[in-house]
Amino acid sequence: MATQRPIARPLSPHLSIWKWGPHMTVSILHRVTGDGMATVGTVVLVWWLAAIAGGERSYATFHFVFGEWLGGALGYLFGVGLTLSFFQHLASGIRHFVLDTGAGYELKGNRRGSMATFAFSIIATAAFWAYLLGVK
Amino acid sequence: MGQGTELGRVRGLGSAKEGAHHWWQQRVTAAANLFLMVWFVIAIARLSAYDYDTVKVWLSSAWVAIPMLLLILSVFWHFRLGLQVVIEDYLHHESKVAAIFALNFFVIATAAIAVFSILKVAFTAGAHV
Repeated sequence: MATQRPIARPLSPHLSIWKWGPHMTVSILHRVTGDGMATVGTVVLVWWLAAIAGGERSYATFHFVFGEWLGGALGYLFGVGLTLSFFQHLASGIRHFVLDTGAGYELKGNRRGSMATFAFSIIATAAFWAYLLGVK
Repeated sequence: MGQGTELGRVRGLGSAKEGAHHWWQQRVTAAANLFLMVWFVIAIARLSAYDYDTVKVWLSSAWVAIPMLLLILSVFWHFRLGLQVVIEDYLHHESKVAAIFALNFFVIATAAIAVFSILKVAFTAGAHV
């Protein structure tokens, strides 16, 4: 339980020593999107459910904050942020399932899989909002 | 794994006897979340409107209330496990213990509010409240 690390002791290679690649971006984004949904997403979802249960007036407050105030700016901000986070976390999570089987560690395939998660999350988010605002 | 030797049998168990427990639950809830959240996102997109009457009628259906309850349990357990790992990575000693305390309070309190809200809407659907 030493709290003071001897200065001369060599450390294992860390972030700064590696050349940055898409797999590292996916990894940190998995954590960022997960954290974001777990905190901000939880508050919005639970507020929404509680507002429905609370009755017409409490729902009106929720609806005003996210749907009416500043032209629904908060609704778009949180909505786009959470859907983009969701689709990125989803794609990255599926990538984790593939990696768990021991597959997908070859340099080219790993890079391609990482890039695919970004492509999926951006396209899926765009499709979701296009459907919500355009098609419907 | 580890049917052959004494060493093979204890390997991976450690003193807690459940080394892979956390990791495995993260995967099981991830798989459940995949189905429940895709359903939820599509259902939200397909709602005809987002006014009080529409969402209340929607949530009061058993076909919505039950998956929503399952979603709360699975998603909230998943993020509790995930945030625990983040805390363990970045915080140490007293602050780690305090943060995990806060995490458990947060996840249980928010889940309780969510579950109560869903049940209230579902069970009082026909009543005038």
